[in-house]
Amino acid sequence: MPWPFELEFMQRALLAGLAIGVAAPLVGTFLVQRRMALFGDGIGHAAFAGVGAGLLLDVWPTWTALVVAAAGAMSVEWLRAHGRATSDLALALFFYSGLAAGSVLLAKSGDARPGQYLFGSVLTASWADVRTVAALTVGIVLAIAVAGRALFAVVLDEESARVNGLPVDRLNLLLAALTALTVVAAIDVVGTLLVAALMVLPVATSRAVARSFRATLLLATVFGEIAVAAGLTASRTWNLAPGGTIVLTAAAIFGVVTLAAGVRAASPPPHTHQH
Amino acid sequence: MTFAYGREPVLTDVSFSVRRGEFAALVGPNGSGKSTLLRVLVGLLRPQQGEARIFGVEPRALRDRWRIGYVPQRPALTGDLPATVEEVVQAGRLAHRGWWRRPKPLDSEAVEHALVAVALADLRRRPTAELSGGQQQRVMIAKALAGEPDLLVLDEPIAGVDREAQQQFRDSVVHLVEHHGATVLLVSHELGAVADDLDRVIVLKRRVLFDGAPAELVERGVSLGVHHDDLPLWLEHLEDRNHIEIP
Repeated sequence: MPWPFELEFMQRALLAGLAIGVAAPLVGTFLVQRRMALFGDGIGHAAFAGVGAGLLLDVWPTWTALVVAAAGAMSVEWLRAHGRATSDLALALFFYSGLAAGSVLLAKSGDARPGQYLFGSVLTASWADVRTVAALTVGIVLAIAVAGRALFAVVLDEESARVNGLPVDRLNLLLAALTALTVVAAIDVVGTLLVAALMVLPVATSRAVARSFRATLLLATVFGEIAVAAGLTASRTWNLAPGGTIVLTAAAIFGVVTLAAGVRAASPPPHTHQH
Repeated sequence: MTFAYGREPVLTDVSFSVRRGEFAALVGPNGSGKSTLLRVLVGLLRPQQGEARIFGVEPRALRDRWRIGYVPQRPALTGDLPATVEEVVQAGRLAHRGWWRRPKPLDSEAVEHALVAVALADLRRRPTAELSGGQQQRVMIAKALAGEPDLLVLDEPIAGVDREAQQQFRDSVVHLVEHHGATVLLVSHELGAVADDLDRVIVLKRRVLFDGAPAELVERGVSLGVHHDDLPLWLEHLEDRNHIEIP
């Protein structure tokens, strides 16, 4: 492969990143429409606690992160659906508890690299890591392909969907589970702190230009892929932290596209004549 | 049935039935329990006493729930929804065909028919955020129609829309009743353009104050035609008694 992906570790980073670049915006599109843009962030912190638990128990951290993130996601959804706490309050609960539990468990396990899990370490990803991320992403894409229309109906109008007999509670739990899967898949790429950014920023960019929900989904993945490829290139060029650089690139793309869309909307039509 | 939010009674000993193929309106002033009654009917709430039955069974026990087309009161089409008219209407077909199944030609025909019925076929590719309030309301009605329901339940569908939009709404509902034999239950505090097409009027203020044909309401001294514009005001002054009087 050409520069900057001529080295194997960069190829592994690119493949893992591209997989997340698809999965995160796909799931994020539904979260943003439900006004739960920070859901991924809260679940990311639960996953961080799961990593700590895995290291302490000497179990593969990805699995413990998956279990804790899934349990956290479903708990937040349960608290929200049953009116026990508002979405932001439920998320804050997991946000702080997860971060605190993760730091305590990680310290107890003797692992002093919280940054690796919080901000990712995609350049050290092994082929096994790439395969795990790819498998999780394939699962997420398949789930969205099957349930995407129903998830759209729920985010559009939950009450009508319920009256019509759609399994609203199970679909909401599915979305929560997909969020947990995405977070765990992204731990090595951008880390738990930044994963929510890849669920939100490409979606926000896409919403600035897309004129349909299908286009929003597709463009969000395109912007996600561009952020990963350009972010890794910038990271290699200027020796920057890859996870943070990918997210900063996604933010820059959002700024440029939103500005361009605003300028285009404000411009007069090309065939307007002054008399 | 009787329903209360906590200790606050909202519906007391409410009893009525709507027959197949009827176009019925449930009217009452703000806070009279209209929306609550609808939510009980479609199975979103359970009554404390009594029961609601829809197609002969308790609402939550109804298996073919696509038979209910429900248009809730609050606007579902927020300005930030990146979806086309067609995408929203297609979502109304999911329950009928099975949410996990891919759409078939029959589903596309039902969506097309619903779009034509509300006169939005030409705007199918338009983002819903670019539509007027009346057009957005018709999108939600088309979404309900796409499921080819046997019962269409509409909560305040013409609130705040102009007369032209009200007329188009009226044409859509009359088409559904006359050509598809559907039952329509419309909840509103203003009947606007549909006043002359109704088979039944049920006046609600925590309990049923009147239940009969519009002509019977005229016999009690109230004409929906006369009260075409001031019905909301008239309803606000309605006394909580067993009979209707002109205020």
